[in-house]
Amino acid sequence: MNKIEQALLEKISNLHKIPAGAVNIRSNGEVVKRTSTSEIEIVPKNDKSGIDVFVKPNVVGKSVHIPVLITVGGFDDVVYNDFYIAENCDVTIVAGCGIHNSTCNTSTHNGIHCFHVSKNSKVKYFESHVGEGEGSGDKILNPITKIYLESGSQMLMETIQIEGVSSSIRKTFASLKDNAKLSISEKLLTTDFQTAKTQFDVNLLGENSSVEVKSRSVAKNYSMQEFKSNIVGKNQCFGHVECDGIVLDEARIISTPKIDAVDNNASLIHEAAIGKIAGEELTKLMTLGLTKQQAEEMIIQGFLMG
Amino acid sequence: MLKLENVSYVVEENGKNKTILDNINLDFDDKKLYVITGPNGSGKSTLVKIIIGIETPTTGNIVFNGISLDGLEINERANLGISYAFQQPVKFKGLKVRDLLDCATGKKNDFASLCHYLSVVGLCARDYVDRPVDDKLSGGELKRIELAMVLCRESKLNIFDEPEAGIDLWSFDNLTKIFKSLSNSTNIIVSHQKKILEIADEIILLKNGKIEKVGSYYQMLPYIQNTQCEKLRGDHE
Repeated sequence: MNKIEQALLEKISNLHKIPAGAVNIRSNGEVVKRTSTSEIEIVPKNDKSGIDVFVKPNVVGKSVHIPVLITVGGFDDVVYNDFYIAENCDVTIVAGCGIHNSTCNTSTHNGIHCFHVSKNSKVKYFESHVGEGEGSGDKILNPITKIYLESGSQMLMETIQIEGVSSSIRKTFASLKDNAKLSISEKLLTTDFQTAKTQFDVNLLGENSSVEVKSRSVAKNYSMQEFKSNIVGKNQCFGHVECDGIVLDEARIISTPKIDAVDNNASLIHEAAIGKIAGEELTKLMTLGLTKQQAEEMIIQGFLMG
Repeated sequence: MLKLENVSYVVEENGKNKTILDNINLDFDDKKLYVITGPNGSGKSTLVKIIIGIETPTTGNIVFNGISLDGLEINERANLGISYAFQQPVKFKGLKVRDLLDCATGKKNDFASLCHYLSVVGLCARDYVDRPVDDKLSGGELKRIELAMVLCRESKLNIFDEPEAGIDLWSFDNLTKIFKSLSNSTNIIVSHQKKILEIADEIILLKNGKIEKVGSYYQMLPYIQNTQCEKLRGDHE
């Protein structure tokens, strides 16, 4: 990997070097490195671009890294990655895409990830999206995540996109069986004229299934964000969606909640708050010695990372 | 160390001018403890907000250690050595107790230092440093963290706006002990609590935006009793 690729890799996966264990690194549509282990097998797809990742039963404390890097302009990448997690596992999957575009042509990455989590397994999934490069070409990321949680399984999904991405449409679908638990955390910062759309569709099919969606976003300058969530409760279940947005300058955030208790034993909650930084928060930090701008930065940093 | 010269604060209400503070002249000496008291609406909180710079006086000037505060931002005043504890502590989404104490001291504190700052206000650092300063904390906890944020700055001038309000199970005596111990700084406390009035070097009684009287606790007792403070004082006795 060259220096740009290494820097991007570090940003999206917090990796300083290629990690041990199961790894699939894709750069400009080509596989840079693919390593399977005795417990986690990575197999390329025959019919389309992408991989199948098989985690064997009872695998605990292992990780899979599958970063995607794009360092050229005018590149349109589509990849299909499927994850099959067998029963009684506890694994961490680190994905994400970094685009470094120094050209005036648009580069796009469409990552379609599908998780099949078997009974009583736990998955932690981290996804980071980064756009950079001095070129005027757009950096577009459109991730789609499909999650199928079998009885008693759990998934924690953390998705983060901080500046740099010109446009993103993030779609997440989930279906949960009995006692399955899904927790999603989204952190988003848009600037300039960037747009970011997010849609969460969750079907709570099983008894005592639960979902928690927490979205924190900051929109600056003239950027625009749209948050949509649709939680459907078809059993005795629990769903909680929290969408918190800070708008600065001329930016705009639109939040559209939908909760549908098909079964009247479903308990579904949606909370949304969008607004400027509260004046008293700025004042408080200024009484501690920060300038207004420093106070604003600290509040945003805490809001997104806290 | 702090001088208020002809400070007035007038607001427009329903098309008419309303005087909140009327020609206030005060001299605060170094390392003394002052309590500003008076009935509700007498202008106590506005007066201290003018000192820190949250409100701008309509007329008048404030001089702090020989420097005019006229035109200085809140943070510039803070960096000159003025600290201010809010009456209603501010809540943040995401910022932790540790972040705010680091910000207050202007440095990254180690655990031992954080422990020291929080133990002064009766909180165990282990339980609090990584907690967000949000509405999951009780009013009393927020108030104590607010107090810790001021104390850890070791400023020349500390201003506390009704520090006793909302203090929870932590005893009131601890609060007065803290104020008594602050002998290296000048302290201005807005309060109508008898126990706090008792420890003041000087009490400033405000009424209808004017200074009614300034003096020691015993000098001021008859005047305080003649105001609405009597009722407020009685609430806590």
